[in-house]
Amino acid sequence: MNEIVEGIRQAIQLIVSLNPEVLDITARSLYISLSATLVASLIAIPIGGFIHFKQFGGKRGLITIIQALYALPTVLVGLLVWLLLSRSGPFGFLQLLFTPTGMIIGQTVLIVPLMIGMTLIALSGVSQTKQDTVISLGATQLQTVITIVKEARFAILGGVILGFGRAISEVGAAMIIGGNIKGYTRVLTTAIALETSIGDLPLAIALGIILLLIALIVTALLFLVQER
Amino acid sequence: MKPLGKMLIVCILVTTMAVAASGCTTSTTSAKPQLTLATTTSLYDTGLLDYLKPYFEQQYNCTLLITSQGSGAALQVASRGDCGVLAVHSPAAEKAFVANGTGMNRRCFAYNYFVIVGPPSDPAAINGTGAVAAFQKIYQLGTNNTTGVAFVSRGDQSGTHVKEQGIWASAGYNYTTQIEGSGAWYSETGQGMGATLQVANQKQAYTLTDLGTYLAYKGNLTLVPLGVTNDSAMLNVYSAITVYNTKFTTDEIQLANNFVNFMISNSTQQLIGAYGVQQYGQPLFYPMNGNCSKFNCTCTGLATDLVPPTLMTATSTATANATMTGMAATPAVVSATTTKAAT
Repeated sequence: MNEIVEGIRQAIQLIVSLNPEVLDITARSLYISLSATLVASLIAIPIGGFIHFKQFGGKRGLITIIQALYALPTVLVGLLVWLLLSRSGPFGFLQLLFTPTGMIIGQTVLIVPLMIGMTLIALSGVSQTKQDTVISLGATQLQTVITIVKEARFAILGGVILGFGRAISEVGAAMIIGGNIKGYTRVLTTAIALETSIGDLPLAIALGIILLLIALIVTALLFLVQER
Repeated sequence: MKPLGKMLIVCILVTTMAVAASGCTTSTTSAKPQLTLATTTSLYDTGLLDYLKPYFEQQYNCTLLITSQGSGAALQVASRGDCGVLAVHSPAAEKAFVANGTGMNRRCFAYNYFVIVGPPSDPAAINGTGAVAAFQKIYQLGTNNTTGVAFVSRGDQSGTHVKEQGIWASAGYNYTTQIEGSGAWYSETGQGMGATLQVANQKQAYTLTDLGTYLAYKGNLTLVPLGVTNDSAMLNVYSAITVYNTKFTTDEIQLANNFVNFMISNSTQQLIGAYGVQQYGQPLFYPMNGNCSKFNCTCTGLATDLVPPTLMTATSTATANATMTGMAATPAVVSATTTKAAT
């Protein structure tokens, strides 16, 4: 018990004194996960829109597959991207294994299905009556799409925030693809894993507190967005 | 319209932050050549490599990226061409790696000893016995379900795990059929040395560790060393190896050679010998200091091969000749400023 109290005390000290290593790891985590969220949004929102507005065969099946991939294991994504990016793999010439860019790719792959799914839910949430009204007012197909997307924007943003939350809290893909290189690919989650295993508990707790704070901010944002 | 505007601002902010952050990262790393070092957890978890890193980076004006895995995993990473240089301690696997033509310029740079650690009460009474006898006692009592007798293994094909398997073999057991899965007494963590020591400490079990990692963690552990230290059968030798892959440029290989040469240089050997003395009262690793005849390895002679000697006869004579003349003409240690950025 003493260990925990002492660990937390030292951890708070590390955070309050703006310890450079803590700040560095936090900034890198935010950079990698925000970038992944941005890239994933650019991919997932248009795909989600396409699936929602187009009628095609196998649509139901595709949506089921996407929903199943919400639970895509992070280590599996890590393994897959590792095999692709390894210098002996098909994209080895890019030299992206053990780089922040490689981690962004991994986290993007991880959260795209979740964000497509959330976009679909957001768009389905706009009532059919609204859609009918827009069409009856003489809107073109494009105008209809724009109006519906606009109606659903906060729900879509909720999905984006959820994606970010999954990206910043995952450890499997970050560890395998990034290699946990200090000052380069070491992020909050991989640092916590390492510091716990080598017994630097105050640093591990400090990073854990920061991760929790980020999760709290994300949840608060999500709440604010959904209040709209 | 107003909320949409707000959302737009949020999007722009996020983008700017990401771009700004990416600008920061690339500006600090892409200007210099990069060398990726895959290493064993014992060298990393003790802090030795982070301690040596700035000296190497300053001397060769480059960025050293260290990824720490068990020796087995590090060799695996290397054989796929995902790192430029290795610092590992698994002699048999290293020799195979070099013989395969995937590595060259193997130089041993430090050593210490493996040691069995366990709870102070020593329920299997192994204190003072040799490693082989100790393993036999632990096995007999463990498989008899004697209370308190347990062994925690790395289980990750690391250098320490390979050593452990060797001791089980010397003790007369078949590792896969008699040790692995033979009961609750034997567990594998699949993690690094630091993590495995923590697990053994929690379970108050025996484990095999290198002395350096044990000393560095001693403060957090109640486990004590049992059995003989400085036993020549328990020697633990660390080597640096240049990784060879046809996809590497000569500059990349040269930088890896520079790292090998850095590790065996006089000044680095002194740093290794001094590391940890102040904090732990004794060195965590002993340097070779160019005197390694009894370790059956090479610790002198600059790393100059750009192609593994085993491949020299196999590759086209034109390439081989070019490499050999290049080797003779250029000094072994070239300034890294002439090498091109790795990314």
